[in-house]
Amino acid sequence: MSFLIDSSIMITSQILFFGFGWLFFMRQLFKDYEVRQYVVQVIFSVTFAFSCTMFELIIFEILGVLNSSSRYFHWKMNLCVILLILVFMVPFYIGYFIVSNIRLLHKQRLLFSCLLWLTFMYFFWKLGDPFPILSPKHGILSIEQLISRVGVIGVTLMALLSGFGAVNCPYTYMSYFLRNVTDTDILALERRLLQTMDMIISKKKRMAMTRRTMFQKGEVHNRPSGFWGMIKSVTTSAPGSENLTLIQQEVDALEELSRQLFLETADLYATKERIEYSKTFKGKYFNFLGYFFSIYCVWKIFMATINIVFDRVGKTDPVTRGIEITVNYLGIQFDVKFWSQHISFILVGIIIVTSIRGLLITLTKGMYFVSSVLLIRMSMPLEYRTIITEVLGELQFNFYHRWFDVIFLVSALSSILFLYLAHKQAPEKHMAP
Amino acid sequence: MASLDRVKVLVLGDSGVGKSSLVHLLCQNQVLGNPSWTVGCSVDVRVHDYKEGTPEEKTYYIELWDVGGSVGSASSVKSTRAVFYNSVNGIILVHDLTNKKSSQNLYRWSLEALNRDLVPTGVLVTNGDYDREQFADNQIPLLVIGTKLDQIHENKRHEVLTRTAFLAEDFNAEEINLDCTNPRYLAAGSSNAVKLSRFFDKVIEKRYFLRDGNQIPGFPDRKRFGGGTLKSLHYD
Repeated sequence: MSFLIDSSIMITSQILFFGFGWLFFMRQLFKDYEVRQYVVQVIFSVTFAFSCTMFELIIFEILGVLNSSSRYFHWKMNLCVILLILVFMVPFYIGYFIVSNIRLLHKQRLLFSCLLWLTFMYFFWKLGDPFPILSPKHGILSIEQLISRVGVIGVTLMALLSGFGAVNCPYTYMSYFLRNVTDTDILALERRLLQTMDMIISKKKRMAMTRRTMFQKGEVHNRPSGFWGMIKSVTTSAPGSENLTLIQQEVDALEELSRQLFLETADLYATKERIEYSKTFKGKYFNFLGYFFSIYCVWKIFMATINIVFDRVGKTDPVTRGIEITVNYLGIQFDVKFWSQHISFILVGIIIVTSIRGLLITLTKGMYFVSSVLLIRMSMPLEYRTIITEVLGELQFNFYHRWFDVIFLVSALSSILFLYLAHKQAPEKHMAP
Repeated sequence: MASLDRVKVLVLGDSGVGKSSLVHLLCQNQVLGNPSWTVGCSVDVRVHDYKEGTPEEKTYYIELWDVGGSVGSASSVKSTRAVFYNSVNGIILVHDLTNKKSSQNLYRWSLEALNRDLVPTGVLVTNGDYDREQFADNQIPLLVIGTKLDQIHENKRHEVLTRTAFLAEDFNAEEINLDCTNPRYLAAGSSNAVKLSRFFDKVIEKRYFLRDGNQIPGFPDRKRFGGGTLKSLHYD
C-alpha cells in the first residue's frame, strides 16, 4: 500500500518537473526564436524531468522520506530510463538533425543518422578501455558498464567546468579587478568609431560611382568566380576593376578596425556599468560573497594538488572538518553531523550552478546529473553512501575522485593563465593613441 | 566633406533575418555569396536617382547602415549601438517571414532607434510598449521588408501576407516581401522596385526639401547637395 502512495508521489513530482522543463525551454532558451521541431523540446523536458527526479531521490535519501524499498525501486527505474535516453535517443537525434542540415545527404537521412549513431557507440565503448572500471563479475551489457562510461565523460566535463568556475567566479565578482573607466574614454572611442565609419563610407561611395560608370560604359564587372574565372581575370583586367580591388582591400581593413572599436566600446560600457553596480548595496553584498568564494575555491585547488601529490583520496568532506575545528575551538554545542551535511550539500550545489553559467545549451545535461550524483557522494557522510553504492554496483569510486582532481586542477590552472593574459592585454589597448 | 550631403538610412532587425544579404542586394545588385554574422555595424552605399525620369533628376548617395545584434542584448551593447542612431533620415525594418517573433521585435527595434533621436527634444518613453501615437507624428520615413519569402509554403502564403500587411499599417509604412537570394524580386519596373524608389525619394525629400519644394537653406552656396553629376565629384 505504501508503495503505491510513494509511486504516486514520485510520478506527480516527475510531471511537475516535466512541465517546469517545458516552460524553461520556452521562456529562457528559445525566447527569440520559433520552435520548429517539437521533438527537441519534448526530449529536453523529459531529460530534465528525470534528472531532477534523481536529485529529488538523493534528497529523500538524506532526509529519510518514503519507504526504503520503494526508493530503491525508483532509483533503479530512473537510472535505466535516463541511461536509455542518454545513450540511445539523444545521440541518434543529434546525428539525425546534423545530417538533415547537410543538403547532399537529404534523401538518405535515416541511413546516415544510423551510421553516425553506430560510430558514436563505437567510440563510447572504446572510451572505457584505458580506464580501470571493468570488474570481472559483471557482463558486457550491464548497467555498470554504461554508468561507468557516462560517469567518465560527465566527471571530465564537471571538473573542467568547476575548474573554470572556481577561477572565474571570484574574478567576476570582486571589484578589485575592475579597471577604472571614465566618460571621456568612452567618448573618445566612440568618436574614433564614427570616424572609421565615415572613412569606410567615402571609400564605398567611390567604389559605387566607379561601378556605375563602368556599367554605363558597357564593361560589365564580373567578380571572378571559380578557377577559370581567376585565370581569365589575370590576363584581361580592366583598369577600373583593378582600382576597385585596391579600394576593396582598404575597405576590408577599415571594416575590421571598426569591428574592433565597436567591441572595445561595448566592453568599456560594460565595465562602467559594473563599477556603478558595485557601488550599490547589492553590489557590495556580492563583492563580499566573492571574497568568501574565492577563498573556498583556492582551498579546493590546494586540496586537489595535495590529493594528487600525496596520492590520497578525500575521505572526510571539507565542511565537516571546518565545523569540527570551529566547534573544538569555540566549545559550542553543535550537532556537527546534522548541519555539515546540509551545508556541504549547498556549497557543492552552488559551485556546480555557478559553473553552469558558462554552459551553453547542450543536451548532455543528463550526463551532468549522473556524474554529479557520483561526486556528491564524495561530500556526504559515510552512512548515506551505502544506498548509492548498492544501486550503482561496484564502481571504482576512488578512481573517479582522482580523475576529478586531476582535471579540476588542469582546468583551474589554464583558466587562471587565460584570464591573466586577457586582463593584461586590455589596459594596453587603451593606452595606445 | 562627406557629412554635408549624407542621407542616412538605418537597416534594423533581429539576428539572422537577412539584413546583410538585403543591403548587399540593394547596393551591388548581386546576391551575397557568404553571409556571416555582422559585428557592430556595416555600411554600404547605394547610388539613387532622385525623381528618375523627370527633368529634376539628381543622383544621391544613400548610406545603408546595417546594425547587427538583437533587441535583448545587454545594455552595454545597446548603449554602444546608440551611437549609430544619430541624425537618421530613414529606417528600413527587416523581419523574417518564417519567424513570427522577429516581426514582433520590430516594435522594440523602432522604439530603440526613434527614442535615441527624440531624447533631446521629444517625448521620453518610459516603458517599451507599443503606442500608435508615437508613430503617428513620426517624421522619419519607415519601410518594412519581409525576407525569406521562398521558404513560405504556397498555402500559408496568404495568412502570412495578411499578417505582415497589418504590421506595415501599424508603422504607417509601405511593405515589401522578397527573397534576398533572388534578384528578380527587385527587378527594374516591378512593383517592389517602385516602392523602394518611392521610399528613397521620400527620405531624400524629407532631408533636403521643404514641403513647398524649395531646398533647405543654410549651407553656403558653393557646395552642392547630394552626389551631383559625374563631373562635380570632389571626394577623397
